Amino acid sequence: MRHLMSPLDFSVEELDRLLDLANDIEKNPDKYAHLCDGKRIATLFYEPSTRTRLSFEAAMMNLGGKVLGFSSANSSSAAKGESVSDTIRMVSCYADICAMRHPKEGAPLVASMVSSIPVINAGDGGHQHPTQTLTDLLTIRSLKGRLDNLTIGLCGDLKFGRTVHSLIEALVRYDNVSFVLISPEELRVPDYIREDVLEANHKNYREVIRLEEALPDLDLLYMTRVQRERFFNEEDYIRMKDFYILDKAKMELAPEDMLVLHPLPRVNEISTEVDNDPRAAYFKQVQYGVYVRMALILTLLEVKVC
Amino acid sequence: MLNVGAINEGFVLDHIKAGKSMTIYHNLRLDKLDCCVAIIKNARSSKMGKKDIIKVECPIDMLDLDILGFIDHNITVNIIKDGEICEKKQLKLPKQIVDVIKCRNPRCITSIEQELKHVFILTDPEKEIYRCKYCEEKYDDRRDKKDRR
Repeated sequence: MRHLMSPLDFSVEELDRLLDLANDIEKNPDKYAHLCDGKRIATLFYEPSTRTRLSFEAAMMNLGGKVLGFSSANSSSAAKGESVSDTIRMVSCYADICAMRHPKEGAPLVASMVSSIPVINAGDGGHQHPTQTLTDLLTIRSLKGRLDNLTIGLCGDLKFGRTVHSLIEALVRYDNVSFVLISPEELRVPDYIREDVLEANHKNYREVIRLEEALPDLDLLYMTRVQRERFFNEEDYIRMKDFYILDKAKMELAPEDMLVLHPLPRVNEISTEVDNDPRAAYFKQVQYGVYVRMALILTLLEVKVC
Repeated sequence: MLNVGAINEGFVLDHIKAGKSMTIYHNLRLDKLDCCVAIIKNARSSKMGKKDIIKVECPIDMLDLDILGFIDHNITVNIIKDGEICEKKQLKLPKQIVDVIKCRNPRCITSIEQELKHVFILTDPEKEIYRCKYCEEKYDDRRDKKDRR
């Protein structure tokens, strides 16, 4: 039985197969409509999420399966003090697979250690968000045609932004990928990403503060939101939240084929005037998120695809 | 110099940094063992000025000494059998440390999950870096020492 805790749980070859499967689902959705008839996914969301939870639920329903779960810690036994280990042991009796989001880092790993069903990390604090990474990889590969030979700008909250950490870890495995890390001083990537991931894999990267400086060189710009819930101090959040705003004027500095991705939800960091730019790919990304989660559910449940 | 009798079977941990013996006593869980333990603090040392020594009389397969490599790899471990030193153990960094140090990341699951072991994994043997198994936070030795003072 396999779980998904980090994008690195899949080898590059396994990832290729998963993305191929997602692309086939995109092209032939009817072929997959009943492959999970009679199966259930438990979505255990200890912190609020719209997109990820709905995406998992839509994915399971598209496969013919059913959904159960909770969408906040208050509506679960966690409010009564139940441990993650006990919750997953109980849920294992009700469902065939589970997606867990938890504000504490490592909670899904703890669940996977005692679970008798596959556990998918649907985001753990500021740590990992592997299914967002799978979504990002599928979007990039589908729209750019490759995952190697790319210069990728990551902009915004690179310190607490788990989507950024997971994406970097996944992309360092491809040839000739370089990174431009665009953030204010206070929100730079954590040292373990810099030392153990970028430097350990001998990847080119530079850290800049100004977005305008980075834009002309990029194949891809990955914008992130400064997340209020990651700050202990409201004052720091207010100071940081509007540090970057991508607008029409800035997009003029970018190459014509540069893609703009964003894990969403967006607040102010991408002006709505950018939405109609053909380079804005963040809503297509949401659709790819459903396909890749369908492919992931099929893979972890070891459902045979004819 | 204070005299402590020789042991027949067990360990002599020598060249412990002065003042560290009680930490080692607890980390090796010697308080849980029903055997003879001698702790010598601030013994004179030509090499170190002052040092601590721990003598433990017990079967030699009873203690897991790997943790000493994490605490201080300069400690000399003499393994005693039949009253003689039969081996000087070379200390190395353990691949994993369980319930010796705690994760300080307030966002880590170890901060709330009951009875969850605190596990640190050696992720970079060259730089001697340990990271929490769950949240991957780096163990900051300096911070821990500061807190212990």
